[in-house]
Amino acid sequence: MRIGVPREQRPGERLVAATPRTVAKLRDLGYEVVVERDAGAAATFTDEAYEAAGARVADREEVLASDVVTAVHLPSDVGAMRAGATLVATMAPFADPDLPARLAAHGVTALALDAVPRISRAQALDVLSTLSNVAGYRAVIEAAEEFGGMFTGQVTAAGKTPPANVFVIGAGVAGLAALGTASSLGAQVRAFDVRPEVGEQIESMGATFVQAEGASQEVSTDGYARELTAEQERLTAQMYAEQTAWANVVVTTALVRGQAPRTITKEMVAAMAPGSVIVDLAASGGGNCELTVPGERVVSDNGVVVLGWTDLPSRMPQHTSQLFGTNVVHLLALLTPGKDGELVLDLDDPVQRGMTVTTGGDVTWPPPPVAVSAAPAATPAAPVETPEELAAKKAAAQAAAQRRQRRNGVLAGLGAVLTAVALTAAPASFLSHATVFALAVVVGYYVISNVSHSLHTPLMATTNAISGIILVGALLQIGHESWVVSTLAFVAATVAAINIFGGFLVAFRMIHMFRKEA
Amino acid sequence: MLTSLAQAVYLIAAILFVLSLAGLSKQETARRGNLYGMAGMGLALLATVALAADRSQRPVAVTLLLIAMALTLGAVVGTARARRVEMTQMPEMIAVLHSFVGLAAVLVGYNSYLTEAPDALHLVEVFLGVLIGAVTFTGSVVAFLKLSARMKSAPLMLPGRNALNLGALVASAGLLAWFLASPSLLPLVLMTVVALALGWHLVASIGGGDMPVVVSMLNSYSGWAAAAAGFMLSNDLLIVVGALVGSSGAILSFIMCTAMNRSFVSVILGGFGAEGGTVAAVDRDYGEHREVSAGEVAEMLREARSVVIAPGYGMAVAKAQYPVADLVAKLRAQGTDVRFAVHPVAGRLPGHMNVLLAEAKVPYDIVLEMDEINDDFGDVDVVLVIGANDTVNPAALDDPSSPIAGMPVLEVWKAKQVVVFKRSMATGYAGVQNPLFFRENTAMLFGDAKDQVEQIVAPLAVG
Repeated sequence: MRIGVPREQRPGERLVAATPRTVAKLRDLGYEVVVERDAGAAATFTDEAYEAAGARVADREEVLASDVVTAVHLPSDVGAMRAGATLVATMAPFADPDLPARLAAHGVTALALDAVPRISRAQALDVLSTLSNVAGYRAVIEAAEEFGGMFTGQVTAAGKTPPANVFVIGAGVAGLAALGTASSLGAQVRAFDVRPEVGEQIESMGATFVQAEGASQEVSTDGYARELTAEQERLTAQMYAEQTAWANVVVTTALVRGQAPRTITKEMVAAMAPGSVIVDLAASGGGNCELTVPGERVVSDNGVVVLGWTDLPSRMPQHTSQLFGTNVVHLLALLTPGKDGELVLDLDDPVQRGMTVTTGGDVTWPPPPVAVSAAPAATPAAPVETPEELAAKKAAAQAAAQRRQRRNGVLAGLGAVLTAVALTAAPASFLSHATVFALAVVVGYYVISNVSHSLHTPLMATTNAISGIILVGALLQIGHESWVVSTLAFVAATVAAINIFGGFLVAFRMIHMFRKEA
Repeated sequence: MLTSLAQAVYLIAAILFVLSLAGLSKQETARRGNLYGMAGMGLALLATVALAADRSQRPVAVTLLLIAMALTLGAVVGTARARRVEMTQMPEMIAVLHSFVGLAAVLVGYNSYLTEAPDALHLVEVFLGVLIGAVTFTGSVVAFLKLSARMKSAPLMLPGRNALNLGALVASAGLLAWFLASPSLLPLVLMTVVALALGWHLVASIGGGDMPVVVSMLNSYSGWAAAAAGFMLSNDLLIVVGALVGSSGAILSFIMCTAMNRSFVSVILGGFGAEGGTVAAVDRDYGEHREVSAGEVAEMLREARSVVIAPGYGMAVAKAQYPVADLVAKLRAQGTDVRFAVHPVAGRLPGHMNVLLAEAKVPYDIVLEMDEINDDFGDVDVVLVIGANDTVNPAALDDPSSPIAGMPVLEVWKAKQVVVFKRSMATGYAGVQNPLFFRENTAMLFGDAKDQVEQIVAPLAVG
């Protein structure tokens, strides 16, 4: 089958759905690849590079007539595709209710790259993650350019400068990428997300997790954040106000199913220091900041810059195209089980089903929901305990511990008395043996308690060799007048001797191998 | 006079043994510890030979000849075995050696019964000594068979296995009563048979995954067997040393059980994974795994700043420790931070991995324990999982129904990239599927670990 890669038509779009490197991988899957002339030019991939990777460069008509067409955005001239062909692109099927019917009318099978279910297995084909990741990185770079200072704090002979304060709202892929980038530039980073389970991820990237008291949601079941209740909203807004006033740079990434909730009001912007920067990654959904104008740079009355760029991934076309192209390769690998260049769509697979908008002339949108939590499933919403309950629990635990202690004490006492009684009845020679035995047990326990883990094996080999001390018993019996006893003792002595020599020697060999670096 | 001298020498020997064990708990003093042990054993044997000659009921020359023959035979066989054994076969070797102690304890017990006056206390001592010895003997034999793959490693699941064990103990107690009432060989022999069967069943019903604990437990048993022999022979040295070995083996097993988050009692009673009923839900859909080639892994490593290697039994099987050490040397030469993450139960013997890595001359200060490294995985660029499976299984933490649920594991999946070296997609020793293989940041490198590591080393050497 043939895969066609058209040039993107949107003004200013510099991405391309396949790079020379991903073309080679598509060819490994058994496909023939045609690339539209200059498709990768804006991303610095020349037609020659594509040809060198095994693609053919052709004009748009031929590219669109391929069996599979893969693009970054839904091409406006879908009609040029053959009926029955497959289209792989981002197409925002959530936003446009008429789209599936239009695509079905053309008879194409449409796979929406931006509708990949959020389950672990599908991560490799999730272009939203890819684009968000790049956007998050670029957002910080854009902010750094606008911001009139350095991100990292410095102490120099000419005095010191404080680090930039960065506040990131929403710790999805974009938010995490942004806060990671900002902290690697040296900024002080705080981040907020309504999903409490991502706090750990935020901290793992080097930022501080800010929480609005009482406004946290339960663990989400589908990996997406949900909208907030009124009370939660009030508390969160208060926290936003505090944090934005603290920050020099604010990166907002809150998108709930393509819609951008309003998180930063005009008043909050007015309270920010002049020269501060807000980068609104949710600009495509209308923006999280009240002042955001999608695609524009706005300066507020008090000198705060609000960036509403919607083309951040496209500002780094080389890497974004490479990552996007790899997502496409992963999808096609999934769709080409035989690696023979034959595309097979399996609608029983929730991943493939989830992104299928139309098959041939049939509308298959919306797909059945896939509920797979992004978080470990076994974390039920724990009932919040009041301080009294906690105190009661603690007291109960203490009482139980005390009872246990008392019981153990009584048992130990009882055991001691019984042992004493039993020993009193025993002959004197046994008593001395018992004393030795008990002391040796205690010594053995303490001697070994701090053993270093790496020495377990040599230790065991040595203790094993030492337990060959039973040889002593056998040797003492060997001289007995009865030949039966002597024979048994001889056998025992021999095996015990094997044990002693073998055990010490292997321990010796092992210990000799341990060395510390000089 | 000679007896007193021998006692004095025994005392010195006992102290040397204590110092030996103490020395073996630190890397720096381990060598000295081993030497102390040898010295103690040498002294003890000298004194014993002198005593044996003195007490000999036969011409002294005959007795000495017999002793010399036994010692020579033991020395030759033991030395030969110890020299030849591969470090990867250490677990089997140690299991076999344990069985010898068990066997010797049984024989010494019988002799003691045959040679000494049958007073009640002595009979009890003989009885217990033979019992422990017999259990140690067959238990070690089964452990050896399992470890050397001559027997299936899956736990033997007889119906009512706890009842069987208990029944064996009750039967032994009954036989003890009989033995005390009318001392004769018959109850002793019957008990020996019961104990042999008990030892066999105890270890047979423990799964391969728990073998490290079993070996350490048998070590403990062999100590108790020696101590029991000391009681029946009225020999303090045997008692001291037996008790030392017994209690140290027990505490070692306990440390390991804690590391695996397993109850000590349930391990001893056997049946790994039996508590949850089903052993593994194999039919679950875990998604797909991603494969990489050795060349791609080399590329990843070239660009990585921090690399962690998590070795497991597979590395031992493939004898990959030398190429791995070579790889480590190459990476360190190019300035990469390389560390090893060793799970407490990696391999089939506690500390198994450390021994193998030491054999390949990997400096031990970059070989870290699970607790030392688990928090650092987030900062690691590439983790190479070489032949480990259950010890890196995230299901232990997030799947409560998993048979290994609750066992602490190396959290390798937190690293940016994980490469798993594996022969196939088969499950590990515990028979549990590993969701790690299907994570998006995991790539599988199939094939023999040794070959694959060598293939990774080659391009690194050039670049």
